[in-house]
Amino acid sequence: MQPFRYQQPADAAGAVATVAATDGAVFLGGGTNLVDLMKLGVEAPGLLVDVTRLPMDRIEQADGGGLRIGAGVRNSDLAADSRVLAEYPVLSQALLAGASGQLRNMATVGGNLLQRTRCLYFQDITKPCNKRRPGTGCPARSGDHRNLAILGASEHCIATHTSDMAVALTALGAVVHVHGAEGARSTSLDELYRLPGDEPNRDTTLARGDLITAVEVAPLGVARYSAYRKVRDRASYAFAVASVAAALDVADGTVRDVRLALGAVAPVPWRARRAEQALVGQPATEESFRSAIDAELTGAAPLRDNAFKVPLVSNVVTAVLSQLAGRAR
Amino acid sequence: MRSTEPATSVVRLRVNGQTYVLTLDNRTTLLDALRETIGLTGSKKGCDHGQCGACTVLVDGRRANSCLLFAVAAQDAEITTVEGLAEPDGTLHPLQRAFVDRDALQCGYCTPGQICSAAGVLAEAAAGWPSAVSAAHGAGPAVLDAAEVRERMSGNLCRCGAYVNIVAAVLDAAAATTEEVTA
Repeated sequence: MQPFRYQQPADAAGAVATVAATDGAVFLGGGTNLVDLMKLGVEAPGLLVDVTRLPMDRIEQADGGGLRIGAGVRNSDLAADSRVLAEYPVLSQALLAGASGQLRNMATVGGNLLQRTRCLYFQDITKPCNKRRPGTGCPARSGDHRNLAILGASEHCIATHTSDMAVALTALGAVVHVHGAEGARSTSLDELYRLPGDEPNRDTTLARGDLITAVEVAPLGVARYSAYRKVRDRASYAFAVASVAAALDVADGTVRDVRLALGAVAPVPWRARRAEQALVGQPATEESFRSAIDAELTGAAPLRDNAFKVPLVSNVVTAVLSQLAGRAR
Repeated sequence: MRSTEPATSVVRLRVNGQTYVLTLDNRTTLLDALRETIGLTGSKKGCDHGQCGACTVLVDGRRANSCLLFAVAAQDAEITTVEGLAEPDGTLHPLQRAFVDRDALQCGYCTPGQICSAAGVLAEAAAGWPSAVSAAHGAGPAVLDAAEVRERMSGNLCRCGAYVNIVAAVLDAAAATTEEVTA
């Protein structure tokens, strides 16, 4: 590991100014991903600006309802929050499906959003990787890609985003508050993440020095009837092979509102808008759910070893929506 | 904290009730500081990547992987290692007692991490924290059963496969702790 300097900034503005002005400076949150990447040699920052002691560790009622979740809130605290459990169960379930008890105690909300892919080639510095070293190529396309993307990938990168929490927040239409060199602004989670295109090294639209300070979820009735389901290779403590965050409101057997996002199938948490649009006003039946997700998946471009994800996602989405429809009745 | 050299810091660590003031390379993890600098070798280095749980300690009462925490970032936290769990007179912690009684180990390398993690599990369950098992079923405050313990302990791997007795030991300790609280 490269030597590095370490600082605890006095406030968010100071943290932002330091990182914006210093080559090789990065923010340190819980460190569960960054410290590992430093050990692997994937990341070699010259300065860590530790933001875990900044006052960003509260979960508050937002103006106009909803919740404003500080970026420094630990994943375990968010998962156990009574308002989250009651009003946004999908978010609690997604958090609890991720990592281990130890890691959830350490990991922050902001860090969780900005974690990097677990693509084997990205994590192995002896291998080419367009995300880690632009222009070196992507061995995953012809190599080990069983758990990589079927949606939204490019010829340059087929890595997936591996957060569970971000899939739930995407389904909930969360907004991210950012403190940047020019001051505070907010952006939707959709706008935060970007597809790889020909710049797979850029996971997000954030500029250098931009600090995520909070995530906000609006009041959302449909979220009370929500669930997260994660399919993985072992029963616990494993990254998803595919996951689904869903919320469904049914009245008189008809879909009134639906939110749907997919995890571990795309370079970003994938909001399934096509499926959502296809479902509103339709009968809340297994046939409708199947047909809506299959419409979303017509855009899938699977490779040799991950084509199984297409029927898997179709089955899991259909099952989760059917379960939610059964509960809503 | 003051910087002595750019890549070095003077770090004050609180471990098992004692204060240590150490000059550490910023790259030193809490695990390495505990083992190599302070000499508390109970916490074990398994994978060193946060995947096995052998390095689990309690940081301000919450379990954490000490291999993924830089010591400099743990300044002033109250750290408890497996060496700090027993009473000063040597009386074992209920979890240590239960691991002995249930023979919940084979080689023993993962055991300190298992025990520290289980201490975190008991505190989390007492605080009513949900898990992937209880959240999925919409339950309230956590009542630990085998399925709950397996889920909540999934961050601690045991390559000998002593899981059956580890689950039994954690359940024993949970029952003993609950009796203590209700007695």
